[in-house]
Amino acid sequence: MSTKSRTFFLSSLAGGLALALASGAALAADTIKVGILHSLSGTMAISETSLKDVALMTIEEINAKGGVLGKKLEPVVVDPASNWPLFAEKARELLQKDKVAVVFGCWTSVSRKSVLPVFEELNGLLFYPVQYEGEESSRNVFYTGAAPNQQAIPAVEYLMSEDGGAAKRFVLLGTDYVYPRTTNKILRAFLHSKGVSDDDIMETYTPFGHSDYQTIVADIKKFAGAGKRTAVISTINGDSNVPFYKELGNAGLKSTDVPVVAFSVGEEELRGIDTKPLVGHLAAWNYFMTIDTPENKAFIEKWKAYVKKNNLPGGDARVTNDPMEATYTGINMWAQAAEQAGTTDVDAVRQALGYQTFKAPSGFVEQLDAKNHHLHKPVYIGEIREDGQFNVVWKTEGPIRAQAWSPYIPDSAKKVADWTYPWVCGNCTEPRFK
Amino acid sequence: MCRLLRFLLLACALGSTLPAFAVSFDDTITHLGADPQSLRSAVGELAAANDPRALIFLEALRDGRVSFRDGEVLIKDGDTLKRARDGVAVTGEPGSAPLLNNAVRRGIDSALTRLQLTSPDRAVRLAAATAFADRPVRAAEDSLRAALAAEIDQEVIHALRLALAPIELQSEDRGKRLAAIRTLADEGEPRVIAVLDPIAKGDDAELATAARSAIDAITDRQWFRDQAGNLFYGLSLGSVLLLAALGLAITFGLMGVINMAHGELLMIGAYATYVVQNLFRSYLPGAFDWYLLAALPVAFLAAAAVGWLLERLVLRHLYGRPLETLLATFGLSLMLIQTVRLIFGAQNVEVANPSWLSGGIQVTAQMVLPYNRIATVIFAFAVLAAVWLIFQKTRLGLRVRAVTQNRGMAAAMGIDTRRIDAMTFALGAGVAGLGGVALSQLGNVSPDLGQARIVDSFMVVVLGGVGKLAGAVAGGMGLGIVNKFLEPAMGAVLGKIVLLGFIILFIQKRPQGLFALKGRAVEG
Repeated sequence: MSTKSRTFFLSSLAGGLALALASGAALAADTIKVGILHSLSGTMAISETSLKDVALMTIEEINAKGGVLGKKLEPVVVDPASNWPLFAEKARELLQKDKVAVVFGCWTSVSRKSVLPVFEELNGLLFYPVQYEGEESSRNVFYTGAAPNQQAIPAVEYLMSEDGGAAKRFVLLGTDYVYPRTTNKILRAFLHSKGVSDDDIMETYTPFGHSDYQTIVADIKKFAGAGKRTAVISTINGDSNVPFYKELGNAGLKSTDVPVVAFSVGEEELRGIDTKPLVGHLAAWNYFMTIDTPENKAFIEKWKAYVKKNNLPGGDARVTNDPMEATYTGINMWAQAAEQAGTTDVDAVRQALGYQTFKAPSGFVEQLDAKNHHLHKPVYIGEIREDGQFNVVWKTEGPIRAQAWSPYIPDSAKKVADWTYPWVCGNCTEPRFK
Repeated sequence: MCRLLRFLLLACALGSTLPAFAVSFDDTITHLGADPQSLRSAVGELAAANDPRALIFLEALRDGRVSFRDGEVLIKDGDTLKRARDGVAVTGEPGSAPLLNNAVRRGIDSALTRLQLTSPDRAVRLAAATAFADRPVRAAEDSLRAALAAEIDQEVIHALRLALAPIELQSEDRGKRLAAIRTLADEGEPRVIAVLDPIAKGDDAELATAARSAIDAITDRQWFRDQAGNLFYGLSLGSVLLLAALGLAITFGLMGVINMAHGELLMIGAYATYVVQNLFRSYLPGAFDWYLLAALPVAFLAAAAVGWLLERLVLRHLYGRPLETLLATFGLSLMLIQTVRLIFGAQNVEVANPSWLSGGIQVTAQMVLPYNRIATVIFAFAVLAAVWLIFQKTRLGLRVRAVTQNRGMAAAMGIDTRRIDAMTFALGAGVAGLGGVALSQLGNVSPDLGQARIVDSFMVVVLGGVGKLAGAVAGGMGLGIVNKFLEPAMGAVLGKIVLLGFIILFIQKRPQGLFALKGRAVEG
């Protein structure tokens, strides 16, 4: 490159940059920034990438309808790379540097716990879209995923019912971290309350990314061989599900002998699995792609069109799942609330968010609870089909209110999550104002 | 009262035309509903109906070939649709499918097994009787007794006796109970301990003694089986570790390159398998079961080509500078991961087991040896043998050994050491690609596949001793087997911690690993 052309190249580059900056500044004036905090690399990328995509789709849809308060929403996407401390750093960056009005993000409980102090310190607003272990309620977080009483407990009740196989013996199998441990603590207490003794409960954990399930599947077989109907409740998270289900299939443990109900396996996870040996195993969620409602049909159509338009990897094979639906519902609820509040100010929007309703793809009008900040959700139990989708075999009559604190854990049973007067507290045993 | 009378009259009228208690097939079929509750009761009725059409219908229901259309139950048989009640072929599309759940499926399975007890085929009868022996069903007692009375084949009789034994334990006849206990002592599965236990604690001294010794016999047998199981699981885990580490044993062990991108070479092998699978699915669906054989050379060449490029473009400039190599290969691994993520997406991709690798050999009711595990063990040793042959019996192997032992001398003898380096690295990478094929059959295929394997692989090579293939074998198998004997005792999490602690202690005592290189190369 000659000196002359290099100068030209540099100056045009600088000019381009200046132009880009200028247009960026112009944009910032009449847009509302919203943060998207999902891992796009690392172990959680497998699950969280779809949430980022569906969030962008929802924002695009809201913008096409004219945006919020007459302004377009401008997504700020950051990548915390499945690194828990980085979640906190990125959250701080979004709130302080980008000054976003709201953040949609996190998947694992540990990432949520890591950003929680940041949101509370800076009075930010986080929408958390994934089922979790409960035992939490923050002024600055709205939980659009299920609490244990909206997923785990109905699933166990189904397994104990005649239709679910009348199970008398339970294997609690999970990945070794906070969500499975807490959920299993609640489930053990619940099973005790139903008269299941400790001899009939086997609780076992594997490390993150565990890939050799031979011993565990053999142990499950042995445990199930004691003459009582046995069921497995799996809180295995992430990548380990594939080797677990492959081992299960090859060891000849069929769903008719020992049904496995999973809380972290949905349509997205099943895409990477050969589902033939899994037919009949169960999952409990608040949404399935196969739910036959006009809202869901529209949601799936929008998603398929969005995938096609943006040429996302996976193409036609892309599916919708429960956390995606929760993300979609959460963003829409926030937009409605901001519209009603007439501002994106966090305190005003928080007030408007309580009692906010939205006709979700699940087919029900879902309501955000002003007291505990959780979403009222219907519960569905689905059986895995050969095509990786679910047949709904059981559902609740309508949305169920979340219990942020489990009544089955003695210490939690006394706690109240109520952000309305006179309580104004997430984990108190008596009101703050008397 | 009046209704009861009418019911009795009706029962009499039915009883005169039908065998006692059996419900007619036609009756059940015409009143069949598509919801799980009515399906479940219908399946129970059909199991008792002594009608060959019931078997056909239940098999179709299990396989999802039954549908409902205009109040008629249809069965899809190949390309034709037939009416369930009379087998007459009808035209048109299948109707709506019934909704099965696990309770219905379980009912179908047990009904089918009951009907199969009277099959004319000896093998089918034996399988059905064995299924009942593994999983006693009280409701099937009458069917089992009837089958036992009619049976002539000794092996089937034996299986039927075993299936009846847990039921006979409750018999009024003391002699029968004693005989049942003896049968179970010889062959019972651990599940019958729950039934034997109350008898062992009972008042009848003779029965209690027999039951206690039966429980002991069953427990002892189970202990041996458990150990055999652990050994097999260990061997299979060891093979996986070995396959993952063998390529590294060449690139790190022999060449001394700290290759942090080794895991990604495994991943490339796994993705090559995925691509070959999809090509077979699109272009050669008839030969789909054999895609794995075609995937082997493809995965080897793909990983070897990437390895060769890495060596030519980057690594050859860094020989003798381990820290820079470590950083450079770490960077390369991130680049490879991101590239794959861009091409195939961040999600897992599905790699199906071919049908000959699905399922397993049923050793006992509790223990199944899955075919894919057995194949992995065989494959690991086949790859090992091939690598050993290359090193010991080919000119390339001779030169590689010469270069590793004394680079200067080898160069003086006219060996192009640079070329040998590239070839060796490519070979190591190719072997890693083969490991990737095996991993794709056992676990998930995602861009992060390699990341999960890299630590284990280095552990195997370091533990085994750098520079020896035999070390990698001993390291892999040793880790696998020790792990699988620790896991049942202390759980997967604690087992892994104990194992790591053990490795640290071992390396303290013996830094050179299990198999140490001796001689000049050590100083060089």
